[in-house]
Amino acid sequence: MKAKHQRLVLVVIAVLAIVAAGLLAAWALRNQANYFYLPEQMAAEPPEVGQAVRLGGMVRPGSIVTETDGVTVNFMVTGNTDDAVPVRYTGILPDLFVEGSGVVAEGSLGKDGVFLATNLLAKHDENYVPRELEGMGSAQAAKVAADTTVGLTP
Amino acid sequence: MIAELGLAALWLAAALAVLQMVSGAFALKGAEGAPNSLAIFARPAAVVQALLAVLAFFLLLWAFAITDLSIKLVATNSHSMKPMLYKLTGTWGNHEGSMLLWVGVLALSGGLLAAFERRLPERTMGATLAVQGFVGLGFYAFLLLSSNPFERLPVPAIEGVGLNPLLQDIGLAIHPPTLYAGYVGLSVAFSLAMGALLTNQVNPSFARVLRPWVLGAWVLLTFGITAGSYWAYYELGWGGWWFWDPVENASFMPWLAATALMHSVSVLAARDALRTWTIMLGVLAFSMSMLGTFLVRSGVLTSVHAFAVDPERGSFILALLGLYIGGAFTIFALRAGAVAEGKRFSATSREGALVFNNVMLSAILAIVLLGTLYPLLTEAFDVRVSVGPPYFNPASAIFAVPMFLVMAVGPLLRWKEDKPARIQFEVALVAAVLIAVISLVTILGDYPFLPVLGLGLALALGVGALLPLRGRKLSRVPVATYGMVLAHFGVAVSLFGMACEGAFTQERLAAIAPGGTEQVGDFAVKLESVTPVAGPNWTAIEARIAVSRDGGEPVILSPQARNFWSPAQATSESALLTRWDGQLYAVIGNQAEDGRWQIRVWWKPFVTFIWYGGLLIALGGVLAIVGRVRVDVKRRKAADMGDERRADIEALDAAAPVPAE
Repeated sequence: MKAKHQRLVLVVIAVLAIVAAGLLAAWALRNQANYFYLPEQMAAEPPEVGQAVRLGGMVRPGSIVTETDGVTVNFMVTGNTDDAVPVRYTGILPDLFVEGSGVVAEGSLGKDGVFLATNLLAKHDENYVPRELEGMGSAQAAKVAADTTVGLTP
Repeated sequence: MIAELGLAALWLAAALAVLQMVSGAFALKGAEGAPNSLAIFARPAAVVQALLAVLAFFLLLWAFAITDLSIKLVATNSHSMKPMLYKLTGTWGNHEGSMLLWVGVLALSGGLLAAFERRLPERTMGATLAVQGFVGLGFYAFLLLSSNPFERLPVPAIEGVGLNPLLQDIGLAIHPPTLYAGYVGLSVAFSLAMGALLTNQVNPSFARVLRPWVLGAWVLLTFGITAGSYWAYYELGWGGWWFWDPVENASFMPWLAATALMHSVSVLAARDALRTWTIMLGVLAFSMSMLGTFLVRSGVLTSVHAFAVDPERGSFILALLGLYIGGAFTIFALRAGAVAEGKRFSATSREGALVFNNVMLSAILAIVLLGTLYPLLTEAFDVRVSVGPPYFNPASAIFAVPMFLVMAVGPLLRWKEDKPARIQFEVALVAAVLIAVISLVTILGDYPFLPVLGLGLALALGVGALLPLRGRKLSRVPVATYGMVLAHFGVAVSLFGMACEGAFTQERLAAIAPGGTEQVGDFAVKLESVTPVAGPNWTAIEARIAVSRDGGEPVILSPQARNFWSPAQATSESALLTRWDGQLYAVIGNQAEDGRWQIRVWWKPFVTFIWYGGLLIALGGVLAIVGRVRVDVKRRKAADMGDERRADIEALDAAAPVPAE
């Protein structure tokens, strides 16, 4: 094999590997990317049970109920309409998580229609805000999030 | 005065960058051996420019140290009541200051290159310095035109705003400077690669010049990423050590490219193969550094790293990025054909193994890059997604697993050509360890697939990493080889820690009343009391938790929930109990209505090995540099002595009388 020939073979192998990586990434991203939902979207077109998604909206005032174990919290997240999604979260709540505040819950929808959150992001401080709630008062959060998520096709 | 001096130093440095660029470019016009008279300014310009940029940085450091509140940057990011250490580290805990640090390191590495590198032909050196000056100029422009760190306030502020409490930690003293030095050290690799490409000097002696820079940058990147990971682990209070956060990926991508580059430079230096591939990786590595800077500094991402969101700055960095990366790859495409082919090698040779791992590293880089950019791309179409571990872990494992397998046996192969049968014992040993560990763990318990695979790979790789020393006299093994063995072993150690953390972590989350006890792993966790405490610029709720292992002597842990008052922000301070075989990690949450406190405790077996491994990898890199430099110095000394001897003999010959016929 000539040197030139070998270089060609190496280039072909490298290109093939990178293309394979790219195709794999494209395929995996379609399946694994974590889509952002508003409560009304989740009510209209619920994601598959168990699929990792994010739910953003407002904590409905008066809906926070702590269970007797002291660490599990149930609350309702509302958007622009009357639709509300029940959320269940076990863990330490973010500091600024209060009734009426904006929240983004990461997790998946359970069989019983309750959203099981594995992580909650609340408005923290001006330096580290969940992207969806950036730069707005908590009451506006859901509304503006709705305006910026048009064309969302889960 | 400080601010004005600093600003003047920066403008002068920018002017010198222009001189360096122009003068370096003139070196290209001169024929070899007859230096162009205008080319002599490039080296001194680079050195003086380095001094000025470093001076500007130290002036800003001074302004932060004395909390000069007439400077806007100090007023918006510091506070007179802050502890001194955080006043100093706060210099780069903001957008402008961190960009000044970036530029300072860039100028410093260019200055060091200009002052000490004498092995390259003058034309190549001129081209290299011209490129380095060009890169520097862009970032000076960015700093001076859109993010001036020395801007004065019309009226001095009465008090500063303070620093983000998450950044008020010793981690800020270590993580950003080392990471930046690594990022920017790659700029020299980039400039050298462009210089060699422009003057057609891609050969082993060029690779020997390039190697210490790549190794140095790689060591700093490794150390910076390790430090950053540990910082996030204990500071954020989430118990995780890697989140595949875009900002983490921004530091991981240059590391992947630099790792590939380091191995390919070795092939070029030792065997004169992989010429264009090395150049391409040199361009790619620094491109990833700049992409990382863009992602972190432009505000397209929101995270603790994005200090300021300013679209103007974002477009500025994006324009620089397009100019440098686009320009470099254009030159690469135009000139790569002119680089002659290197030496040949067979598939089963050390070169072959290194090429395989280079390709795998590039594939992982592609996976991480696409996953990081995908949310930005979809946002352009108004679809908001986030990409996390469910994507990154399996997708990168597909390429990482074969890479680790080849890495375990690759160093045993000979250069150029080897028979696989020669190392069949070693291959069998590594395979046996792999299969034994995986089957044993699978029998013992039900654990997730990837961590079990990682555990098997870690032990197999640990054995494989030491095999190059087998049957050799240990005192005769070159230092650089020890470096390789240590770094590969460090990868095994780190992988072991990651796999153990993934497979065996135990977690307990509960609301406990003071005096109550919970069990996690072998540990009994007792909440003794919860009390308010105060620090210099915060107040906190502190829990006293007594933990005892298997009924042994209890140890007190005190996690805190802190409230800073300038800026107003709450943070969770975790408490760690380190044992040789793992770490107990405790955080305190909120108080429930009935007076109980939320306590979250993890037992993470061997989690510390992740960072020990990172340190071993970096140490291996240091040994490799030491070994290479020592050999190089010896070789130069020997060459000098040889020259002297020859000169002596010639002098004797000339003096000798002509023998009579």
